[in-house]
Amino acid sequence: MRKCSLSEINSVFAEISKSMTLYLPVDGSDGSSAFSQWTEGVKWSESLNTTKSPKDFFFPQTEDLMAFKTSGKNIELTDIRKESEDFVVFGVRACDVRSFDILDRVFLSEPCDSYYATRREHSVIISVACSHPSETCFCTSFGISPENPDGDISAWKTDTEVYFSPNTEKGALLMDKLSSVTEECSDEAVVKQKEEISKICSRLPNSKVDTNTFGGGKTAELFDSPLWDKLSEACLGCGTCTFVCPTCQCYDIKDFNTGNGVIRYRCWDSCMYSEFTKMAHGNNRLTQKERFRQRFMHKLVYFPENNDGIFGCVGCGRCLAKCPISMNIVKVMKKFGGEKSEK
Amino acid sequence: MQVITREQLIEKAVSLLAANTVSCVLGWSRGEFDYDVSPAVFRSEEEVRRNFVWNDFCGANMSKYLISKASGVDGKILVFLKPCDTYSFNQLLTEHKFDREKVYVVAVPCDGMADFRLIKKVCGEGIISIDSEDAILKVKTLYSDSPISVPLTDVLAERCKNCKSKKHVAYDELLGEDGNVLESGRFDEVKKLEAMTAEERFEFWQNELSRCIRCNACRDVCPACTCEKCVFNNPSSGVENKAAANSFEEKLFHIIRAFHVAGRCTDCGECSRVCPQNIPLHLLNRKFIKDINEFYGEYQAGEEIGLRAPLTDYTTEDIEPCEIFHRRDTDA
Repeated sequence: MRKCSLSEINSVFAEISKSMTLYLPVDGSDGSSAFSQWTEGVKWSESLNTTKSPKDFFFPQTEDLMAFKTSGKNIELTDIRKESEDFVVFGVRACDVRSFDILDRVFLSEPCDSYYATRREHSVIISVACSHPSETCFCTSFGISPENPDGDISAWKTDTEVYFSPNTEKGALLMDKLSSVTEECSDEAVVKQKEEISKICSRLPNSKVDTNTFGGGKTAELFDSPLWDKLSEACLGCGTCTFVCPTCQCYDIKDFNTGNGVIRYRCWDSCMYSEFTKMAHGNNRLTQKERFRQRFMHKLVYFPENNDGIFGCVGCGRCLAKCPISMNIVKVMKKFGGEKSEK
Repeated sequence: MQVITREQLIEKAVSLLAANTVSCVLGWSRGEFDYDVSPAVFRSEEEVRRNFVWNDFCGANMSKYLISKASGVDGKILVFLKPCDTYSFNQLLTEHKFDREKVYVVAVPCDGMADFRLIKKVCGEGIISIDSEDAILKVKTLYSDSPISVPLTDVLAERCKNCKSKKHVAYDELLGEDGNVLESGRFDEVKKLEAMTAEERFEFWQNELSRCIRCNACRDVCPACTCEKCVFNNPSSGVENKAAANSFEEKLFHIIRAFHVAGRCTDCGECSRVCPQNIPLHLLNRKFIKDINEFYGEYQAGEEIGLRAPLTDYTTEDIEPCEIFHRRDTDA
């Protein structure tokens, strides 16, 4: 384990930036935080979570895939990918680190998505433990430990220090580069913080959210439940939950006529939108109830069914904080779990 | 804390249900915490007593839900409306969006609603309960030993700090006393924007709108956005909601939307309430309202049912377009 004093953390950022582009959560003018590139003078946000998750680094909201040009009967294809360079994402929370594993299962399984894979290969993830989880957090329901985040390097921030411990070869290589700005230390303070975080987690209001009514093989049991009517009745059909979600992975691919050729691009899509998965015959989900149900069935039933029981949610709580009508996966899970929502 | 209590609203709802005046109730339903209130339809006394809530977090404007919820109702639907909600209600009726006969409106006085984002700024993460008494919020968090006291006035939503009216412009029944149309500072921010140079103003909006994630929450919650099929949901339009091709397109969406609701926007402020990126979208709408007031005389959308909006009406007194261009040139 190595550490640096919190007041000197910029020297760590500067050292990383010498060889790689560094991104970290930074406060915006509106008071919320977003991942931004570090340059001298940029301050690491104290916020728990960024509004948008870091999935953008690997699966950006929009990206150009290729270009076409036609002349007569010939089509000329151009790979317009930019050269990928190594980059570091610092300050990723345990829930968001786990979301990368979920996205990997989608994009790295055959046929492998080379756009996504390239960005994953070039990244180094430095996670940070959550010393102050929010009431909206429920990552522990999915077996995630906010005190023990994964990633290439795990970090813990106390009032005075930042501690680092590498988990992977990539992480160890980066730690070596940071030897001049960090020092070897005992893990005493980290052990203490881990205990404190565990204690707080047991007091979190959503710590009892239970996944056991969900999972693979539950489609027949849950699909036609009358509960979906009530749960979805106020849903506006906006895409907030899907666009702030670290694990939502649906996208659309379209061709855009630039007037001077065609660019094929990909962008996030949302199952909440009325034209989602529209096909030649029309749309297969005609009401908001069906769209709403799709989102939760995907995360809680279909995804685990196809992925060794792994749920497609990491309990980051962004949808709890951001849904305009405050309907979210915790309310859905509790309703189905039979747990009363009253206090 | 609101003047009218939750219990009063529950008794009102229960008695109207019992008398068969209404068959269901559109209101706010309790969540997991004290602040995450959801709009809901209550169909029985039991449901109302168990889940109906009325507190400082009932900001959601119920008027737009009447388009979908009033049509299939057996008998009438009861809706509780705050003063600002009643303007949307009238505007929707002006546009024939639902059947007035299907709705029973109980007007509820409002002391202003809290903005949860502001409470978090003061109290931090880990909020486990919020009790409200005499306009003071007592906030308990995981990280403070004793509750933190926050005056409601410190954490009022922007639209409530600049409340335009405590008067209900539509109802079948009023609870408590009605208020008055207020002098508000709601155009102060617009004036600041107007005083900027074009470059400064562009930079301001660039900074704000570049955060947009095209979730469309502003559009979907907006009581003035009631097209059955929005152009931004039409895959053949080329401007579908899914992606902004460039930074210009993000602005295009919001500017087109502001133009489209101009003269119909009642300034209810729902767009800014729901924006996950805290973009002050209401400022675009207020600029239009301010201009309409200056060009055509004071006009408040939704003040009465059937009002002819200046932009869809013609009188010989209308301002000459050249005058508008002249102002633009002199005001930068």
